[in-house]
Amino acid sequence: MTFEQILFILFAGIVVGGAASVLLQRNPLYSAFSLITTFVGLACLYVTLKAQFLGVVQIVVYAGAIMMLFVFVIMLLNIRDEDTAVDPNRFLVYLTIPLGAILLGALLYVVTKVNLAQPTGDEGGTVERIGTNLLTKYLLPFEATSVLILMAVVGALHLAKREKE
Amino acid sequence: MPLELLVEWTIKLLIGFVILMTTVAYLSLFERRMLGFMQMRQGPNRVGPFGLLQPVADGLKFIFKEDITPLAADKFLYVMAPALSLVPALMTFVLIPIGGEMKIPFIDRPIALHVTSVNVGVLAILAMTGMGVYGIVMAGYASNNKYSLMGGLRSSAQLVSYELAMSMSIVGVLLQAGSLDLVKIVANQGGWGGMQWHVFWFQPLGFIIFLISMVAETNRAPFDLPEAESELVAGFHTEYSSMKFAMFFIAEYANMVTASAMATVLFLGGWQGPGVAQLPLLGPFYFVAKMLFFLFLYIWLRASLPRLRYDQLMDFGWKFLLPLALINIVISATVAVVLL
Amino acid sequence: MLAEYLPTLLFLIVATGIGIALILIGNFLGPKRPSPEKLSPYECGFNAFEDARMQFDVRYYLIAILFIVFDLEIAFVYPWALVFRELGVFGLIEMGVFLALLFIGFIYVWKKGALEWE
Repeated sequence: MTFEQILFILFAGIVVGGAASVLLQRNPLYSAFSLITTFVGLACLYVTLKAQFLGVVQIVVYAGAIMMLFVFVIMLLNIRDEDTAVDPNRFLVYLTIPLGAILLGALLYVVTKVNLAQPTGDEGGTVERIGTNLLTKYLLPFEATSVLILMAVVGALHLAKREKE
Repeated sequence: MPLELLVEWTIKLLIGFVILMTTVAYLSLFERRMLGFMQMRQGPNRVGPFGLLQPVADGLKFIFKEDITPLAADKFLYVMAPALSLVPALMTFVLIPIGGEMKIPFIDRPIALHVTSVNVGVLAILAMTGMGVYGIVMAGYASNNKYSLMGGLRSSAQLVSYELAMSMSIVGVLLQAGSLDLVKIVANQGGWGGMQWHVFWFQPLGFIIFLISMVAETNRAPFDLPEAESELVAGFHTEYSSMKFAMFFIAEYANMVTASAMATVLFLGGWQGPGVAQLPLLGPFYFVAKMLFFLFLYIWLRASLPRLRYDQLMDFGWKFLLPLALINIVISATVAVVLL
Repeated sequence: MLAEYLPTLLFLIVATGIGIALILIGNFLGPKRPSPEKLSPYECGFNAFEDARMQFDVRYYLIAILFIVFDLEIAFVYPWALVFRELGVFGLIEMGVFLALLFIGFIYVWKKGALEWE
């Protein structure tokens, strides 16, 4: 087994373990912290795949900012242990088995069929290369993103204000 | 992987941790002595000559104090929280270059005085410090104490607010240096006989914004709201005792050291200075001197300024510092287009 | 594989080790004399009333949302800043449009009073 494979197994283990923990924890705050672990593990996986910028942004934006909102909301609403009373719609649980199987099948199909390109160059996804591509080749998506963010700001503010009244 | 490289990293890692831990320990003594002088008193001077053994005494005392876990606390998170805030604080040091490449006797290749340099350097440091916030939130929640919870919340809201201004104030430097790699950022400031620092070569406004937000980011006076003694007892670490309290303490001081190092690297030319080109050995001395300047500034501020009110703090961050940082980006970019 | 990231991993392992070691040292070497008073939440001498984990202000939630938005901006501004010299005036205009929209959002948030802490 090469060193890279050992690293992959380590980080993949963190990701899968964290994800499983998100589902299994009773306390929502524990779930949130598990999700942060998953994101950090994902970031490490990205770095081993030479996507350095993506990896670090994964931590800054997902594990840092978005999960901060999750943690705040959980604390804001003071959600305790999830409701353990028997849910009248409990039969829906069994629906997860076929749905999960379909999702797994679709993923397996994509992974086996799609031609996965190898990263080019030795340095991988450096910030400079991302910047150059973003501001020349993908200029329109870049500017569209700013409009999208503006919409998100307005929407978020509206929701928060309504909650306050 | 070449064994030689692994040995080099391990040695650097050991040296790095020893330097960091010693600095943190003596920073606490330095702070108490300095505060003493500024308040016309002596400060701790009994343990060893000039009180130099005080940090050792403090450390021993921390170890042998009772480690209390409150009954109402969430045990797991309560134990995890100090570790979670300590680990990122210690890790950031891995990316700081304290000197250039230099010849060392018995080694046939030049050794760089940084552990590693990565393409995403500055962002990586921001990412690591960002993770430290969770330690504080966790501590506040897990303690199940009103002061802790309020302190943890206030602290995290403060940290994220000032992190924005801090990240934005760095953009001007990036425009100059064209790299996030800390080694390259330092190399970019070598002109004018080692004096072309970013603070002079047109980032003075960025420097001031960075300086203010860095004090807020490390929860230090006058922005030490999370620990505002008069209203919140001790904020998020009210319920912590013994070694767990010491870990929060170490994390805070390690963060101060890292923030000072970052300010040095980004704005004050890192290890660059007059004469470094001829005598590379001067580099680490310049670096440490500049870092000490910032650490002294921290203490000076603490001795001089009263604490802000929380609404003033948030207003200052969002309504003044953040717009100012955005304006700084626009000015810097325009100037760069005209000049370069 | 990017070898320059390995020291970071090494540091993470050692720092975690230090963290665990410090917790264990404090736990083993300190005395253990618990009493109900000592283990109750500190409340300036009063007996603790109700649960500490009360609901709190919606403003913290707003701060977190705004933080996400501006953090995203940073993820876009940093790569731009690095390649700015090659792009020149073109890059300035591109970023000008981007930042202008951000500024409109910011002013909107300000005028709506989301930044007020009365």
